[in-house]
Amino acid sequence: MKKLAYYPGCSLSGTGRAYDESLRAVFAALGEPLEELDDWNCCGATSYMSIDKGKAYALASRNLALAEREDADLLTPCNACYLVLEKTRRHLAESAEMGGRVRHALDAVGLGYAGVVRARHPLEVLTQDIGVERLKEAVKEPLKGLKIAPYYGCQIVRPYATFDDQYHPQTMDQLLKATGAKVVEYPFKTRCCGASQTGTLPEVGLHLVYRLLNEAKARGADVLAVICSLCHFNLDVYQSKVRREYDLEPIPILYFSQILGLALGVPAKKLGIDRCVVSATPVLERRAAHAA
Amino acid sequence: MRPNIRTEADRSPEFARWITSLPGAEKIRECMHCGLCSASCPLFAYMDYSPRQLMHLGREGFRDDVLGSFTIWLCTSCYQCTVECPRQIPVTEIMYALKRRAIEEKVYTPHLPIPVLAREFRRMVTDRGRISESWLVMKLLLKTGVHRMFGMVGLGWDLVRTGRFSLRKETIRDRGDLARMLEAVGSDAEAVS
Repeated sequence: MKKLAYYPGCSLSGTGRAYDESLRAVFAALGEPLEELDDWNCCGATSYMSIDKGKAYALASRNLALAEREDADLLTPCNACYLVLEKTRRHLAESAEMGGRVRHALDAVGLGYAGVVRARHPLEVLTQDIGVERLKEAVKEPLKGLKIAPYYGCQIVRPYATFDDQYHPQTMDQLLKATGAKVVEYPFKTRCCGASQTGTLPEVGLHLVYRLLNEAKARGADVLAVICSLCHFNLDVYQSKVRREYDLEPIPILYFSQILGLALGVPAKKLGIDRCVVSATPVLERRAAHAA
Repeated sequence: MRPNIRTEADRSPEFARWITSLPGAEKIRECMHCGLCSASCPLFAYMDYSPRQLMHLGREGFRDDVLGSFTIWLCTSCYQCTVECPRQIPVTEIMYALKRRAIEEKVYTPHLPIPVLAREFRRMVTDRGRISESWLVMKLLLKTGVHRMFGMVGLGWDLVRTGRFSLRKETIRDRGDLARMLEAVGSDAEAVS
């Protein structure tokens, strides 16, 4: 397995720190502790691309160049970062003009980029490199009885389907099933969560969030599992605002890595379980009591 | 009431040339109006022009309608339209280009928070190399209406009590390098016609 440099991205050091904590714990428990990319910078997300294309690509490519110096691929948990890095890699290979401009800019600060670095999502690494079987063998606390709706969000399968099916992604389903939990049918798997519209245009954003939560409830899920910090923010932090506008029972939102961590026997505290605004503790305790 | 009719005089041939010269966007000419972009768009119900209509208005050169539309600011870049389009029109990338041009030509509602967010985001990344989320949100609220802060108090407290609120200003080490690199990459040629 090619060396992986961990690229947490900005939100994992802020509102999404439970994702960071649980990922580190899961990879450590599987014997593959994460090493952070030295001096990484923001990928630029969708905002920078809305203003200046050249600078947006330069910004993202600095991370690719830093990883290349370490002869590593980038382990990229955030969907937005993942897409930006993948899009940059492709665009620099396809566009001679942009490739030239960006290489010139990297060269100005003593960096180089030959184009061999890939962004890799934890779902891909866990299913392909580490493998579901190895995860299964490491499970200490099977999560029997827990019903989970798997939510992948947009940008992990669109516009590129790099490691999973574009319409019916399965990698998170496989990992969650390996914990002994039940994965419910969830047709909104890749439907948009509203991204930053929850903040900028709440009447629009909150409605999109409502539909995702309501569907998970209707499918009988106890928790909704996510793989992106922005999705988590919308579904968890904005849930109280959604419930003020719509008739909806609360549903806790967990990162898939928090669920894997629980099954691997990592203490809840180390997984940031108590960082959920909508507490997951009652659901998890009920399940444990039921299973005992 | 003035009927909502466009005529030849409302068209900008330059705009039509510009939009169809964006990477991959020459395929707009092949659009057969199947409407899959609109049907698959999760934001469609809130838009003034559907994605299909916007692409059509663009290729015909109706600059003011396209750049002034609410649609481009509603797009969350979920790429559903891009994936569905049977003609492989890169709809999402065209939306990005339209946002860039609208910001550059300053044709959007002044208090619409979305372009303000984009600008504040860029400023913070350019200065420090990373985003500090709490600061970004506060700046956005200050610029788009302090009254909105009151609606955010509960949410802010939720973040504080779960240990997700941080006032630390995240910064990379090689800020000078970053600035030099962004300078060296130069300006985009696409917006100038």
